[in-house]
Amino acid sequence: MAHEHKLEIFRGLLKFKSNTQKIWGVLIFLSLVTAVEVVLGIIKPESLTGTSVLGMKLLNWIFIILTLVKAYYIAWDFMHLRDEKSAFRRALVWTPIFLVIYLTFILLTEADYIYEVYKDGFVTWNF
Amino acid sequence: MNSTVTSTKENAWAGGDNQPLGASYGKMMMWFFLVSDALTFSGFLAAYGFSRFKFIETWPIADEVFTHVPFTHGSYPMIYVALMTFILIMSSVTMVLAVDAGHKMQKNKVIWYMFLTVIGGAIFVGSQAWEWNTFIKGDKGALETKGGRILQFVKADSGERAALKDFAITIPGERVEHENKNGVWFYDEGYVPSYSVKEVVKGFKADSNILVRTETINEEGHKTLLSREESLKKLESATQVVEGANLIHNEYGSRLFGDFFFFITGFHGFHVLSGVIINLIIFFNVVIGTYERRGHYEMVEKVGLYWHFVDLVWVFVFTFFYLV
Repeated sequence: MAHEHKLEIFRGLLKFKSNTQKIWGVLIFLSLVTAVEVVLGIIKPESLTGTSVLGMKLLNWIFIILTLVKAYYIAWDFMHLRDEKSAFRRALVWTPIFLVIYLTFILLTEADYIYEVYKDGFVTWNF
Repeated sequence: MNSTVTSTKENAWAGGDNQPLGASYGKMMMWFFLVSDALTFSGFLAAYGFSRFKFIETWPIADEVFTHVPFTHGSYPMIYVALMTFILIMSSVTMVLAVDAGHKMQKNKVIWYMFLTVIGGAIFVGSQAWEWNTFIKGDKGALETKGGRILQFVKADSGERAALKDFAITIPGERVEHENKNGVWFYDEGYVPSYSVKEVVKGFKADSNILVRTETINEEGHKTLLSREESLKKLESATQVVEGANLIHNEYGSRLFGDFFFFITGFHGFHVLSGVIINLIIFFNVVIGTYERRGHYEMVEKVGLYWHFVDLVWVFVFTFFYLV
């Protein structure tokens, strides 16, 4: 069991005095990120839904990035990955990341191809 | 092999107290389980992404589907799911505080924080049940066409969604219900929609303020509204009235949306439920002093990992189902 905790987040920008204090600090940060997501989701600013980056709306990219940020802090601070040995941490984190990127790439590419077939091929499905 | 081991202690492969990577056996196995479970959820979400990209132009818009808040009327998109997310994060915090108190061997604090975690989890599961119930019961009703597409209705002047009951005209007719006493073979008649297609179409013709809305998303990111003439033409292909959602019909749009909703939030909800039960067991163990006698609260840490994982998955489900 790792009894000693690393008490700084944001690469040392924010240092906490105790582990309890760090937990509350992370909670405030996660709540803020969620609030930003919800507000963006309700307003849906034109400037973000209008622009498309790599075939997806900019707003959706922002949502996905914010989600990964939240996931990072849940895993690193709530699940204490920050206090584990780096080899253990890497084994746990990079394995799923690699597999998920691989699977998502294949499935989304295939789905886009089927979409094109439905759209341009001689298949009627919307009747 | 054993002859080469000179120490009286058990060796590492036999479960000796050697800890590879500084993690105890139980904690490491919990982590490996969580990694495999994460891959399962990723598979589901990737499959969801597949279906969504396949029908990218007709997929339902989540804010228009999940608009209800318990004990209120009116439309509040996202508010309730955001609250659920907050409740789950909050219960994650009480869990990590319990783990922290466990490291310091403060039994009473662990009891209280575990208790709050269980309560938070129970509120979340309850909210999810309510959400399912609302989704299954449905909201405004719609028509389904021959091709399985959904036609919804909108008030032309205000642009608001029109419910079937706002305009459908009841056609008087005699409908005899088959009863148990009348047949050798009796099947329950099951669910009958509130209106027939004829009644909806008749109501539509009588009310010039109603327009049909198709599933297709236009360039501004809204569902396409048809003109009055196009609407009437489209209504000819309607075959049945759909109210609410199940695995086969879905008044909100693509039926795959309903399928994935039930499957993914259901699988997650089952995780939360089992998490609550495991937390309860550990809670009682803490109360009767099992870990105090054992000398450490590592078990609390291990269920804590599972509980945070449930929260972690919800963060992704929230994004891909409700936000994106």
